[in-house]
Amino acid sequence: MKAWPALISGVLFGLGLTLSGMSDPAKVLGFLNITGAWVPDLIFVMGGAVVVTFLVTPLVTAREAPLLASAFSLPDKQFLDRRLIGGAVLFGIGWGLSGYCPGPALVSLLYGYESTVVFCLAMFSGMALEGPLSSVFTSS
Amino acid sequence: MNAYLMPLIGGVLLGLSAMWLLLSLGRIAGISGIAWGSLAGPERVWRALFLLGLLVGGLVTHNVIGQPVPAESTAPLWLIAASGLLVGLGTHMGGGCTSGHGVCGLGRRSPRSLVATLTFMTLGVITVFIMQSVIGSAV
Repeated sequence: MKAWPALISGVLFGLGLTLSGMSDPAKVLGFLNITGAWVPDLIFVMGGAVVVTFLVTPLVTAREAPLLASAFSLPDKQFLDRRLIGGAVLFGIGWGLSGYCPGPALVSLLYGYESTVVFCLAMFSGMALEGPLSSVFTSS
Repeated sequence: MNAYLMPLIGGVLLGLSAMWLLLSLGRIAGISGIAWGSLAGPERVWRALFLLGLLVGGLVTHNVIGQPVPAESTAPLWLIAASGLLVGLGTHMGGGCTSGHGVCGLGRRSPRSLVATLTFMTLGVITVFIMQSVIGSAV
């Protein structure tokens, strides 16, 4: 599979995250703070993104194959399970504690802030620990 | 200029990014999965290039277009570390984050992604409410 198209996609994504203000954790927390001084910016970010994906995705997946790969590689799970819900709960709590989710945190490494370095190291640790931790809890 | 124009433009760019990745390589632009997959597993190259592009996009915004760099989070580092740990655990367990479940999953009309997105948004709101109102933290 060719890799270069992902570079273009990454540049667009990095532009989107930073131009929209999503790489500012104060704005993200302001958006989640619906009972306080609410900052509605993220409605426009998510709204703009989802309108595009909602309209375009069916046109793309109607194709037999992508332009530069042999097949689409899409999640095929249909049913809700505890891992989906539990994971979303943990992620939501973590997101609300700092205002960083993975994309904005990674692009914020550019800013050279100690807190984004700490966040990203902790995030990768969490990803690495999830498998072993989950198997401990499900086997006991 | 309308204050919501840049968030909207940024959002459209996120959508276009996801659609280009789907059209060209047939992949989901889910950042948590791409980040983890760039370190572990097969097909690291396209994922690493995506992350490189992410940084290039940020550089263009701040160094070419000249948008100011946002301020650093004021949260204490232990809280940042706890936050990152939970985000890593949660996105790995739930198979996605704001981009994979939110931007891409909602576009694919995935019921799982809709449930995940509503769940993490709700928990984010509750967490901020507790931090601000109950504990009184100045996050």
